[in-house]
Amino acid sequence: MTKGLDANSIREDFPALKRDVREGVPLVYLDTTATSQKPLEVINSLTNYYSNYNANVHRGIHTLAEEATAAYEGARINISEFINAASVNEVIYARNTTEAINLVANTWGRENLREGDRIVLTEMEHHSNLVPWQMLASRISLQIDIIPVTDNGLLDLEVYDELLDRNPKVVCITHMSNVLGTLNPIKSMAAKAHDHGALILVDGAQSAPHMPVDVQDMDIDFFAFSAHKMCGPTGVGVLWGKYELLDAMPPFLGGGDMIKRVYLRTFDTNELPYKFEAGTPAIGEAIGMGAAVAYLNRIGMENIWHHEQDIVSYAMDRLQEVPGITVYGPEAEQRGGVTAFTLDGVHPHDISQVLDVDGIAVRAGHHCAMPLHERYNLVATARASFYLYNTYDDVDRLIEGLYKVKALFA
Amino acid sequence: MEDMYREVILDHYKNPRYRGELDPADISYQDDNPLCGDTIRIDLRVDDDNRVIECAFSGQGCAISQASASMLMEDIQGKTLDEIKEYARDDILEMLGIELGPVRLKCAMLSLKVLKVGAYGVQEWIED
Repeated sequence: MTKGLDANSIREDFPALKRDVREGVPLVYLDTTATSQKPLEVINSLTNYYSNYNANVHRGIHTLAEEATAAYEGARINISEFINAASVNEVIYARNTTEAINLVANTWGRENLREGDRIVLTEMEHHSNLVPWQMLASRISLQIDIIPVTDNGLLDLEVYDELLDRNPKVVCITHMSNVLGTLNPIKSMAAKAHDHGALILVDGAQSAPHMPVDVQDMDIDFFAFSAHKMCGPTGVGVLWGKYELLDAMPPFLGGGDMIKRVYLRTFDTNELPYKFEAGTPAIGEAIGMGAAVAYLNRIGMENIWHHEQDIVSYAMDRLQEVPGITVYGPEAEQRGGVTAFTLDGVHPHDISQVLDVDGIAVRAGHHCAMPLHERYNLVATARASFYLYNTYDDVDRLIEGLYKVKALFA
Repeated sequence: MEDMYREVILDHYKNPRYRGELDPADISYQDDNPLCGDTIRIDLRVDDDNRVIECAFSGQGCAISQASASMLMEDIQGKTLDEIKEYARDDILEMLGIELGPVRLKCAMLSLKVLKVGAYGVQEWIED
């Protein structure tokens, strides 16, 4: 048991964690940063919707439609409390973090940015917080400034200050790096951005699942995250934004639900949050996201965070025992439950493949962060990531597996 | 799955044959697999009959990509460019002697792709 929680009892909630990868080889799942496993009650929430009250939301008058709408909107309330939104109407369902960021780039961005305007990104962004802005920048000729990453895996905040002096319009930063695990000082970065008249968008894909998030306390402008990395289903995520900003933004996709009234040649947009939710949404998945939030709340985000801190500290100590291993990124105190590493003489794909023989699931590649890998002159890394259901034993099995990799390639 | 790292593959990975670069070369081509970060460059010298008289490969990547390049270099000794044109996916898999899923197949085929594109400047083999 860690300080945070009893992972062994939590594991009982996750059916997939009980399977053997092959006969007699139990699963060690260390790929939560890509997607988390799902507890039974989340899986049941989907089954329950499709089995018992499957109906489209919002316009139906019949019982099933009312039940579906109540569950769908109830999930939104859960999510809004989870991130401490000022209003439930600031919570927009999107397909995932990527779509949420694309929404902001294509609505707020197109409405408010003009040729020559500057935007600030960072060297540690996931491609989903780079490419939407690159696409916008090439369309309307924006200047992209980049906050570099220091050798120890932190953002270079001195450069950030310099970049702010160039008066950017928006700063787009990940809350937690999906490779280095670096936890960025969002609150102080947001205050600085605002002092210079810039908005701040935060990619919360890796933070929302693992730590308490308070969008009002951080005083940020946009926050994007995905359900599937936090015990929820794939296909749904959230864009949170400050009400005044969302309200002033033009709609994103056009169609049903985002309209108040439609004429043959024009339309009136609906109110928030529906303005940004065109077409039949991922109803079951949104309900599942609400169930995931309820599950995480019951365990407690503080407890989850402390648990992961213990596990990642242990993992970093043990990884560094293995000769030839290099772990990238900051000290355990400045990171979440993610460790990207290389092993001398062995390509990360081979590491992952050999570990898989022992049922150990780690990811290998560039983890959708090619510029960050280039910054470290790496083509790829292996990445082990941890969640509420991982134990010290999982780490021990990873280390044993890595010794086997070394022996095979020695 | 253990088979993937059979002795012969690890041997070619750890002790690659024909590793290096030829300068000058009659044919030189390089490509990569950005998903994995595997890169392979192949240099060839051919005689008047377009027969390979010298070859070398360089690059970096996983055991499968590097071992398949090394094995391929061994296999094309004395072959003509026309014969190289006949190489196909199954030849590589037969050399490696393993079955591969779609992700690792890309690693295994990179050297063949480089070799054939280098020799012919065409990628039609990819279609088979």
